Amino acid sequence: MVKLGVLCSGGKDSIYAAYRAMQKEEVACFISVVSRNEESYMFHTPNVPLVALQAEAAGLPLVCVETAGEKEKELQDLRDALECARERYGIEGVVSGAILSVYQASRLQQICRDMDLWCFNPLWYTDQEGYMASLVSEGFSIIITGVFSEPFDESWLGRRIDGLMIAQLKAIAERYRITLTGEGGEFETFALDAPFFERRIAVRKASVKYKNFRGVYMIEEAELEER
Amino acid sequence: MILCLDLSYRPGSLALEEFAYPVAAIVRKAGEEAKIVHYTGVGTGLPPGTDAVILCGTALKDTRYLGRPELFCWLPEAPVPVLGICAGMQVISTVHGGETEAGCEIGMTDIEVVRPDPLFAGKDCFQAYELHTLACTPPPGFWALAVSGTCVQAIRHRKKAVYGIMFHPEVRNEWLVERFLGMGRSL
Repeated sequence: MVKLGVLCSGGKDSIYAAYRAMQKEEVACFISVVSRNEESYMFHTPNVPLVALQAEAAGLPLVCVETAGEKEKELQDLRDALECARERYGIEGVVSGAILSVYQASRLQQICRDMDLWCFNPLWYTDQEGYMASLVSEGFSIIITGVFSEPFDESWLGRRIDGLMIAQLKAIAERYRITLTGEGGEFETFALDAPFFERRIAVRKASVKYKNFRGVYMIEEAELEER
Repeated sequence: MILCLDLSYRPGSLALEEFAYPVAAIVRKAGEEAKIVHYTGVGTGLPPGTDAVILCGTALKDTRYLGRPELFCWLPEAPVPVLGICAGMQVISTVHGGETEAGCEIGMTDIEVVRPDPLFAGKDCFQAYELHTLACTPPPGFWALAVSGTCVQAIRHRKKAVYGIMFHPEVRNEWLVERFLGMGRSL
């Protein structure tokens, strides 16, 4: 078994990648890079601080570093986070939820190469429709926490991904030439529950900011609760 | 049936989804049946009904496949077209007497076609996704078909449709796998 750290942004892709990694190797910790730059090249931002709650729900430690989010500096911050995870939890490799982003994947691969770490991307070039359906059928509870393109209106914010939403996203993806998974940054998600969570996350207070097809669902108060 | 060989460090590993599934998906999209088998499970001969073989890539840190050349004893006599991707090219080269050496490329890279071949027809230069730490020289009996600034990117057996490519066609160059499948049908 390879001991792994999962790069976790809080969204569906990293949480699902963690799930796949746990089925085949040992996941030792979550690793989170919190960017102060909303336009971060590598790390998306809404609700990333809540990864701590996801780690607690999963019964895993979290290595969290903050970055200013400048293009190359944030890669150094990522290296520091991985080094910290190696020192504290003995990780031998890293898992990411990259699906199509050659930019993200190549940079992470290069960093892992430099640090002599394994690098796994279990969602790489996955069948996106099958993957989205798996999220629902395998018991993940994922909500939309950010929309950043047409035609997403305010009603999408805070909605849970279900079969109906996937059908709507499919129609939108075909018409607007975006990816079904939002890989191009058209929307962002947050995982409230996953099959490997011991408890689920309950949102107690949230606020919405929305204007001209750009909006975020900010979780202001949340806690773990029994299912 | 197209046999997609998983060259990863163990059967059913975490790398399976990343390196074998995307190749199998291209095969299925092209209307062919894809069967994924770990390289340790092939034995001395290919499974009945195999129309072509694709040896898939591995995680960057994984070179375990090079330590068991006897598990590829079927390769020199394979009666069907073979395409080796990255680790697969290294296996093809090694089994036929070529050598591997250090040569690392990660990310999108310029590829130049240096010898005409149906696999690259109409593609003098293109960009491709690289993920390797080892490079290999064309073994005896093979031509070099394409190169990058770092190493040989494609080789072909002089008499058979046995190809090795160092880049990953499943990322942004699916056409190459489709062409290979088309060549298998026309043989």
